[in-house]
Amino acid sequence: MSQPGIPVSGGAASGLQAQNGAAPTSGSPYTNGPVQNPLMSSQVPASQGYNSQRPASHHLPAKTALNPISGQSNYGGFQTVSPLSNYQGPGQTLNRPPMASNTITPSLHGGPFSRMPPPALQNSTATPMPSGSFHPGVNLPPPPLNWQYNSPPAGSQINHSPAGSTQPAGSGNTNLTTNHQYISSGDPSLQNSYIKSGSAPSLVNPPLPPTFQPGAPLGPPPTGGPPPARAPTPQKSSHHAMPQPSFSSAANQEATPQFPNKNSKMGRSVGYAYPSLPPGYQNTTLASTTGMPPPSLNYPSGPPTFTQTPLGANHLTASMSGLSLHPEGLRVINLLQERNMLPSTPLQPPVPNLHEDIQKLNCSPELFRCTLTGIPQTQALLNKAKLPLGLLLHPFKDLVQLPVVTSSTIVRCRSCRTYINPFVSFLDQRRWKCNLCYRVNDVPEEFMYNPLTRVYGEPHRRPEVQNATIEFMAPSEYMLRPPQPPVYLFVFDVSHNAIETGYLNLVCQSLLDNLDLLPGNTRTKIGFITFDSTIHFYSLQEGLSQPQMLIVSDIDDVFIPMPENLLVNLNESKELVQDLLKTLPQMFGKTLETQSALGPALQAAFKLMSPTGGRMSVFQTQLPTLGVGALKPREEPNHRSSAKEIHLTPSTDFYKKLALDCSGQQVAVDLFLLSGQYSDLASLGCISRYSAGSVCYYPSYHHQHNPVQVRKLQKELQRYLTRKIGFEAVMRIRCTKGLSIHTFHGNFFVRSTDLLSLPNVNPDAGYAVQMSVEENLTDTQLVSFQSALLYTSSKGERRIRVHTLCLPVVSTLNEIFLGADVQAIAGLLANMAVDRSVTASLSDARDALVNAVVDSLSAYRSSVLSNQHPGLIVPFSLRLFPLFVLALLKQKSFQTGTNARLDERIFAMCQVKNQPLIYLMLTTHPSLYRVDNLSDEGALNVNDRTIPQPPILQLSVEKLSRDGAFLMDAGFVMILWVGKNCGQNFLSQVLGVQNYASIALTMTDLPELNTPESARTIAFISWLREQRPFFPILYVIRDESPMKATFLQYMVEDRTESALSYYEFLLHIQQQVNK
Amino acid sequence: MEAVVFVFSLLDCCALIFLSVYFIITLSDLECDYINARSCCSKLNKWVIPEVIGHTVVTVLMLVSLHWFIFLLNLPVATWNIYRFIMVPSGNMGVFDPTEIHNRGQLKSHMKEAMIKLGFHLLCFFMYLYSMILALIND
Repeated sequence: MSQPGIPVSGGAASGLQAQNGAAPTSGSPYTNGPVQNPLMSSQVPASQGYNSQRPASHHLPAKTALNPISGQSNYGGFQTVSPLSNYQGPGQTLNRPPMASNTITPSLHGGPFSRMPPPALQNSTATPMPSGSFHPGVNLPPPPLNWQYNSPPAGSQINHSPAGSTQPAGSGNTNLTTNHQYISSGDPSLQNSYIKSGSAPSLVNPPLPPTFQPGAPLGPPPTGGPPPARAPTPQKSSHHAMPQPSFSSAANQEATPQFPNKNSKMGRSVGYAYPSLPPGYQNTTLASTTGMPPPSLNYPSGPPTFTQTPLGANHLTASMSGLSLHPEGLRVINLLQERNMLPSTPLQPPVPNLHEDIQKLNCSPELFRCTLTGIPQTQALLNKAKLPLGLLLHPFKDLVQLPVVTSSTIVRCRSCRTYINPFVSFLDQRRWKCNLCYRVNDVPEEFMYNPLTRVYGEPHRRPEVQNATIEFMAPSEYMLRPPQPPVYLFVFDVSHNAIETGYLNLVCQSLLDNLDLLPGNTRTKIGFITFDSTIHFYSLQEGLSQPQMLIVSDIDDVFIPMPENLLVNLNESKELVQDLLKTLPQMFGKTLETQSALGPALQAAFKLMSPTGGRMSVFQTQLPTLGVGALKPREEPNHRSSAKEIHLTPSTDFYKKLALDCSGQQVAVDLFLLSGQYSDLASLGCISRYSAGSVCYYPSYHHQHNPVQVRKLQKELQRYLTRKIGFEAVMRIRCTKGLSIHTFHGNFFVRSTDLLSLPNVNPDAGYAVQMSVEENLTDTQLVSFQSALLYTSSKGERRIRVHTLCLPVVSTLNEIFLGADVQAIAGLLANMAVDRSVTASLSDARDALVNAVVDSLSAYRSSVLSNQHPGLIVPFSLRLFPLFVLALLKQKSFQTGTNARLDERIFAMCQVKNQPLIYLMLTTHPSLYRVDNLSDEGALNVNDRTIPQPPILQLSVEKLSRDGAFLMDAGFVMILWVGKNCGQNFLSQVLGVQNYASIALTMTDLPELNTPESARTIAFISWLREQRPFFPILYVIRDESPMKATFLQYMVEDRTESALSYYEFLLHIQQQVNK
Repeated sequence: MEAVVFVFSLLDCCALIFLSVYFIITLSDLECDYINARSCCSKLNKWVIPEVIGHTVVTVLMLVSLHWFIFLLNLPVATWNIYRFIMVPSGNMGVFDPTEIHNRGQLKSHMKEAMIKLGFHLLCFFMYLYSMILALIND
């Protein structure tokens, strides 16, 4: 994402490189797999060429542990891996340092070759390998000639890339090999690929298997080396084999001898260069064949055959759904007659009407979604359809499978800087045409070599062109300064009010528990500030026997009392930090200070962090009353329910300005508000909103009186502290010429027309943009959108995550309606409505929501339907549109008539803006299941666990019954409502209570009983939880529970005193439409 | 006396023309990504008040000197300027807010507004010039 706008300072660059080399990054190409999957790791012990890479990556496993991605059994994997890495460590670790110092190569790709030269010993063994593996293979078949001829040019080409310049001469061939290091971010992907590759070849190429199988067995098995190591070899060979059988066999033979060598001689030094390639290739290939395997695929599973099957099935279902959609999609529905439109399974996003081959490569809808899967040709057409056009992104989602690529040059369009992606067209082998600006670009020499197939001249099969979601390791051109260390600063409110709530205890304890899990490396820095009417700093200098507190009472002109030791290296001062965290909660036990000087404290924190940037976590429990940024209570309780005259806009620009300052210095502020009274979140929230932080709100938090919030905070902190984080990030969203971005939604600062400045990026943040059609798209068939997120990982690597979405252009209204994605539309409308309520008023926003439905349905009625039906006719794709809009109207952000507190409403609005679509939809329109009669019928089978799949019910009280138990999944909370006459069976077998009355009012856990019913229920609930990164708390409620009101509030189809029921709403819309 | 009024108006109008051009240049810089939103907006916000004052002075001057036609011509624009300045929400950093300027086509509407003002001031410029010459001849 080196935007033209971001120049690279030369001086910085060199410094950078040095740093890079030193940083763990250097060796880690493959390693980076964010997650290592257990399977892989378990096999690893073999420690062969394949594994040898691991050492390089060995920091990775740690990372995995830190950032549990999708919570699968990564931990196990991590543990097994680390020993391995240690073991292999000697060989590689030795090599690594020299390389870093010797050759200044841009991070990763330099790795392989640089390694080879330094150690003489290794050289002898190692050099033959790479050369052997590549050249022999090359020489044998006809292509070989090409190869050798080309390799010198390649070398020269490389020279002008940073890597080449410093690199030792005469290693032309090695260069080649080095350049194409493909890494796939291993985790599951590794595993997947690993497994699949074995079986995949057979699938793809039925005839071939024989050819490669001979090769495969040859190498590893006989040697008796560790079995896991071998696995890769067969794969490699298989890939070879596919393109050219003869070639492959030759290559195999060449390769196989080497492997034994490695095995026998040493598990350590050998195989880097060689083995390094295979994993990457495999992954990428796999990825390409699979497209974006849906999460279901990725469950770590035992036998290869198993994974294979889901893949096949998946394909089938996908294609089937594609087929079946169309006839169904053409249907029109009279909503007044067909009332039960809610599907009993989770709603699937519509599949764009693209050729199957393209669709296979398209970006997963979880990451990148467009409200209209058919893009209207002209703005006029879009206006006619009255549907919003926009994208919903979840770019930094924790991914189970993510191909990572390291190469010296990242191929991008020369005029619009688009990253090469699966939807570009290759005019011939040498030129590709950008799919965003249509410029014809040259294919760089080194891109001609496809490391996947090891064939020269197949640029279109490179992983970059086979994956719509891919991550690049960015070379130093993408850095303005050396990658920053992870810096975490915690700012605690310690006024009397704060101490009363008792939050400090919990937060410190949680921090203490997760100190080792904070994403970071040896450079991680941490610091603490507390404040009431004064600001307290803590010196954590190494060597101090206990933390030293420094008080600054001059809040009008805040200064930092000492330049160093306030932010300290976590590893070096860990004991002091732990000490501080243990004593902090008691330190202020007797405080009588009630004032809060939040503004000055934030200024101080900003000053402290501005040299490095990082993450600031602010805990606040009341309205700030002192110094700059002091606020006045604005809420008038009597006016809560009316839609007018409420203060949704900030009262001061102090927080916004400070946030922009923070953004400029790469500091993000996360606000945790735990207050009982009005705290003017509208003003305070700005600090997080524009610095790309997040807001968490725990109304009426109290450590004793409100155990529910305590538990919530505990769980969310756990996730917050350990989740992945990207520093000093920017995101650019590009789209095909003719489209332009109209409005951005989310927490960030829009630095220029398409560049979002994100000081921190976290995996739980979603973004939305509204698009408009500027120029007619009449001569294009397809449009593409690309989001590129450039960030510094917690390990100090600069990475670019690129997602590309391709959609067809349509020319008729009917097609637009056909391809409408109702969830995305509802999500985008919610974002727009938040803006509207802030700039205009809440009632305007509500009207706009209703009008959106009315307008689009009347457009459909007047322009698409030929004959006028009675009733409310909607296209199939929009059958849930009125329901979702009604749900939005009843959502906390936009509801009227209830006594919602202003802060809660504003928090709900923040959530609308900052949440990924799936969670937003779940909070707006929760899923309701009946769980007292779960059966294994139609159950899902994942990892030998049977997960019942009860149908989703409509959100109406009429679906409830007193003799049942119902689970409502609202994203961040789950509510299990137990009916009064619920079967004794359920009570005793699942809840473990004697009778209805003995259900505790605050029950938040299901006991693990040794009964099939309990097992099923728990399996189902934990399956729901596994699908999201955070941990929704389960509340078991009965009629007397205080949570019951919340439960009923979610019943969006029912009438409330101030809101229409679904049917009434439909009638209202029908009236308007038929006007 | 009349001549003095128009000489002053002419100078004021020149200043306003330069200001409009400055607005246009700065906004188009932002459009082309030469400067970032933050600095663009802080540059522009500095000049919002001088613009309001400059324009209000001319308008009032015309009212005082009983040039009804010119006064009525200036009135809507002056009103708009003041209205825009007053209606800035409390949380915004001025008429031009860096966090909003890229949203909802604000940049374009600011641009359009600056263009219209430029045209308007040019028109006024020639009108003042003509009136000034006329006044000088009459004297």
